Amino acid sequence: MAKWWERLSKSQLLVPLSALLLLVVFNLFRDIGFFSISLAINNDGNTVLQGNLISILDGASELAILAIGMTLVTASSRGQDISVGAVAAIAGSVFVRVLRGNEITMSVILGAFLAACVAAMICGLFNGALVSVFKIQPMIATLILFSAGRSIAYWINGGATPTVDSPLLNYIGKLIPGIPIPSPILIVIAFGVLVSLVLRFTNLGLYTQAVGINEKSAHLNGINAVGIKLVTFMIIGVCAALAGSIGVCKIGLINHEKILLDIEMDAILAVAIGGNALGGGKFSLKGSVIGAYVIQALTTTLYAIKVPSTQVKAYKAIVIILIVVLGSPVIKAYLARLRDSKLRPIINRLTRKPANAMENES
Amino acid sequence: MTSKQENLSGASGKTIREPISNTNLLLAITIGTFFGMYALAMLVWGGGFLNPQQFLDIFNNNAFLIVISCGLTVVMITGGIDISVGGVTALVTMSCVVHLNSGNGSVLGSLIMALGIGLAFGLIQGLLVSYLEIQPFIVSLAGMFFARGMITIISNDPQTAGLESFLALKAFRIVIPGIGYYGKTGNFIPASIEPGVVVAILVVLAIFFMLGWTRFGRNLYAVGGNMQSAMMLGINVKRTKFFAYLLSGLLAGIGGFVYLLHTGAGDAANATAAEMQAIASSIIGGTLLTGGVGNVIGTLFGVLSLMTINNIVRASGLRDPWWQSITTGLMLCFFILLQSVILSVREKKTTIALPAWMMIRRRT
Repeated sequence: MAKWWERLSKSQLLVPLSALLLLVVFNLFRDIGFFSISLAINNDGNTVLQGNLISILDGASELAILAIGMTLVTASSRGQDISVGAVAAIAGSVFVRVLRGNEITMSVILGAFLAACVAAMICGLFNGALVSVFKIQPMIATLILFSAGRSIAYWINGGATPTVDSPLLNYIGKLIPGIPIPSPILIVIAFGVLVSLVLRFTNLGLYTQAVGINEKSAHLNGINAVGIKLVTFMIIGVCAALAGSIGVCKIGLINHEKILLDIEMDAILAVAIGGNALGGGKFSLKGSVIGAYVIQALTTTLYAIKVPSTQVKAYKAIVIILIVVLGSPVIKAYLARLRDSKLRPIINRLTRKPANAMENES
Repeated sequence: MTSKQENLSGASGKTIREPISNTNLLLAITIGTFFGMYALAMLVWGGGFLNPQQFLDIFNNNAFLIVISCGLTVVMITGGIDISVGGVTALVTMSCVVHLNSGNGSVLGSLIMALGIGLAFGLIQGLLVSYLEIQPFIVSLAGMFFARGMITIISNDPQTAGLESFLALKAFRIVIPGIGYYGKTGNFIPASIEPGVVVAILVVLAIFFMLGWTRFGRNLYAVGGNMQSAMMLGINVKRTKFFAYLLSGLLAGIGGFVYLLHTGAGDAANATAAEMQAIASSIIGGTLLTGGVGNVIGTLFGVLSLMTINNIVRASGLRDPWWQSITTGLMLCFFILLQSVILSVREKKTTIALPAWMMIRRRT
């Protein structure tokens, strides 16, 4: 028990998990019905799971995908990509443009997605080249696409809100008949598994951390630091393309001004809540994904207690500050000192006594 | 500094020309680009660009942006960032309008309110960033969310200030003698500026002298340049950072009041994306996000360049609003690449030609 607690208290998952726990406990006391999940029949006649938990998981899909990419970029480049929302808008526009140009079949959707991926990867390559070759701070380098991206997205389709309509798109954005779980949740799981497998069986994760911790020594050890940074920026491009495509499929149209608005801020927040240092280096994808769900759970909870949507931001800010204050190095060090001076003797006494008693018996 | 340099050169008997510092070089490029761009616009498009009032309107419309960009420059010199400034500006406009319309409001009261809100944001963010060591991006992001959310809590609908004394102040214009333009009927209309512009210019001058000639200003550069060495020199790093954020908050409050003087309305959509424009202006003005390099005069010209390029885009017939953000992006890209190339070239040069007194003396 003590060992398990020690491992958790040192793990960086402590902050996101305790934030999630706090939200769960708050909702338990407020209204236990918050957690109810029910089967219902939707307008198309398909059975679907409904409930706040499902809507949290469903609503956080894009954020979770982007948080994965943001974690890698943060780890390798010691900075954040603030253009993800704009790049997702570009990718979504390319997706819609290809779909509108052809009759929608499954292979066309796949082709449109690949085209979106290519467009987003070019954006990622542009950002990555500025960061790695020209040594510009990531936030500044991505500020360019942040300010120009949504206008480029508008230019791709040449219209305000082009719509696409097909039952096949609903399979991606809403749900596949026969499976009651919304498909975005399944896509997030598949993507998460894919990324963790890649990190598990290749050196990408290790090299990314090495570049983030000390670029010079990584370079001296034969790691292509420029290449690693480019790769992470291209990965976040793919993440943005996936998130943008899901966003388009969910509502069947693209509004270049509104789609995934402010998501870059939430994605960076997810990375920070996940206990990752924004200064790069070691990272935990699990933490970031949990962070993304914490943010969405917080938003849903605020809606559930009847906070108007425009005011949600203010309450969110207060909770964010509380979380980061608790996770700040100064407070953590203070708590650790408090634990060592006050709690440790008690734990020691509790754990040692039975051992002494057993010795006495033998 | 220069007298010391003369002594050195006199002693060695050779004339050593001090190379221009990175800060000054980037500043010179920005100012040069602005004047070049404006001169080109005058030659090519003439018309509006020859009108002195249009030049002054850049100041009139963007006085608040100049003020908040100065605050951001100070924070960026310490190596931090403050993206709450746009939200604070909007919050100040809304609270002041509500105060002015409340029946017993006064202009002085709203001014104190603006400064108070700005200082409160600066105080809390400064404490969190410097004393609790939380990443400035996250702190000011939360600040931005809080400010934007608070606006709608105060009032969901846009409001216009109706107090007589405030409207009088808002309509007040400072006429610049000697320059002006001829209206359609041929009458001479003298050029004028709004009171907010005077505030903005005073802020720029105050920050310029603070950065260059006060202990606090020099400490800011030291902290941003290398925090470890600053600490070893006995500079109170935490306090310096704290006051940088406090100053940025205060300037955001002033910026909000200046914004209100220009538009006279409180609205949740006020100063949208102003924080990003302010960051872009600071970067174009030669401030590095890594800290230690920057100048508010550059920031002033950054704002002017950013707005002039928008005017040029509009004058050249590309009136769709999306062209402006694309050209802003392109201009940012140009300046960022230019800075990166210049800095890397100069870094190589300086490592080759170290001055003799900096070489490690070998024992013979």
